[in-house]
Amino acid sequence: MSVLRDNWDLIHKGFVETLWLTLWCGVVALVLGTLLAACRVSPVPPLRWFGTAYVNIIRNTPLTLLMFFVALGFPKLDIKFDYFTFAVIAVGGYTAAFICEAVRSGINTVPLGQAEAARSLGMTFGQTLSLVVLPQALRAVIPPIGSLLIAMVRNSAIAGAFNVDELFGVNSTLVENGENVLWVFLWIAVGYLTITLTLSAVFALLEKKLAVAR
Amino acid sequence: MTEALDKTPSLEKEDAVPLVVLSKVNKHFGALHVLQDIDLTITQGEVVVVIGPSGSGKSTLCRTINRLEPIDSGSITIDGRALPQEGRALARLRSDVGMVFQSFNLFAHKTVLQNVMLGPVKVRRETRQAAELRARQLLDRVGVGNQADKYPAQLSGGQQQRVAIARALAMQPKVMLFDEPTSALDPEMVNEVLETMRSLAADGMTMVVVTHEMGFARSAANRVIFMADGRIVEENTPDEFFGNPRSDRARDFLSKILHH
Ligand SMILES: Nc1ncnc2c1ncn2[C@@H]1O[C@H](COP(=O)(O)OP(=O)(O)OP(=O)(O)O)[C@@H](O)[C@H]1O
Ligand SMILES: [Mg+2]
Repeated sequence: MSVLRDNWDLIHKGFVETLWLTLWCGVVALVLGTLLAACRVSPVPPLRWFGTAYVNIIRNTPLTLLMFFVALGFPKLDIKFDYFTFAVIAVGGYTAAFICEAVRSGINTVPLGQAEAARSLGMTFGQTLSLVVLPQALRAVIPPIGSLLIAMVRNSAIAGAFNVDELFGVNSTLVENGENVLWVFLWIAVGYLTITLTLSAVFALLEKKLAVAR
Repeated sequence: MTEALDKTPSLEKEDAVPLVVLSKVNKHFGALHVLQDIDLTITQGEVVVVIGPSGSGKSTLCRTINRLEPIDSGSITIDGRALPQEGRALARLRSDVGMVFQSFNLFAHKTVLQNVMLGPVKVRRETRQAAELRARQLLDRVGVGNQADKYPAQLSGGQQQRVAIARALAMQPKVMLFDEPTSALDPEMVNEVLETMRSLAADGMTMVVVTHEMGFARSAANRVIFMADGRIVEENTPDEFFGNPRSDRARDFLSKILHH
């Protein structure tokens, strides 16, 4: 308990930072992932190629390498942000590749006739996707997206290695300060669990809601 | 008897305005030559019924007219305009061509009313009020006005297909394509859909109908097109075609389907 009491400010700050990381990475992953999925099913070949290449490269690269590439490589290209932003780019961009595949397999559960009916009414590709196909794919993609976002929260710990004061970073600081390692780990784990379990609950709820609404 | 193409002059009306014109249309699926040198002109207000054995290319023909299937060569024009490449211009042109599918394809996540309003609101940018007013009129017209707030899955097949017709009509199309609209229906529901189509035909809608319903072909068609192996083998008035088929293929086909 004393670990928590003595370092409340630090831990609290780390928790909030991890929350923000989760939020931003989640937004980037969901938006980019959906756009990538749209690319992968689009009638325009270069967009399809781009989507496929992105997914195959990013998904098959270790996140740590990606984080190094962004945090150390981008400044060399004169792209200068703080480490928090770099972490959002790396973790969000990484998760987006997985979200893309989840959304794409969700799209494949929607019968082809739905898109054909939409197109024959004169809808554009974007309208067909956003008004007819994606809403029907949603139910199928909620469970996998839930697990992907939870994995993302865990992956966000990587930012701690880059001077972002999120939970994992706080963890190292406390251990260096000579606090009891076991207790530090425990409280940090509680912090992550709070976020991931809340996420699980939210997604379970969403799943139930969508199942009821036909 | 030859399998030559029959173009009977009596079919052509004096003031006929060509609405859909296919010329020298060819299409392959891999090695399969599904459409072979199709020439077809459909005039305003005409009801053309397409029949033929399974796999002869009827659905493909129908689907090339709004470019759900792109063609390999030849040209297709609708109201004088050539079908453009995939994109906004094509979308605009498609909105003038109504299509009714064998499997209805109503939007499963939308109510009946929303199904009918979606095109006018999102594609034509009509106001919700105007779109809803016309949607309700159309639903009444096809006899499902009291189902407006249900979801498609809650309707019978016949009702779903009539909603699908209303959805297509809501775009105020110049021509309507029907690909075996009654083939997925239980027998007792076939007539309610055919009745709806007959009344459309009577109102002067230009229609292309792929069907195995010979009764409909006889009573509503101006012209029957018989396809086999990707070609138009014969075209004639229903009376002539059913009474006096000229090609062996057509005679053979008719003897098979009319005898059960
Ligand atoms: N997307 C496709 N890819 C490959 N082959 C196809 C495709 N669609 C249709 N075909 C083939 O093209 C031929 C013509 O098909 P089409 O659906 O136009 O026939 P149809 O006259 O409508 O037959 P049916 O009466 O069974 O509906 C068939 O041999 C079919 O197997
Ligand atoms: Mg067919």
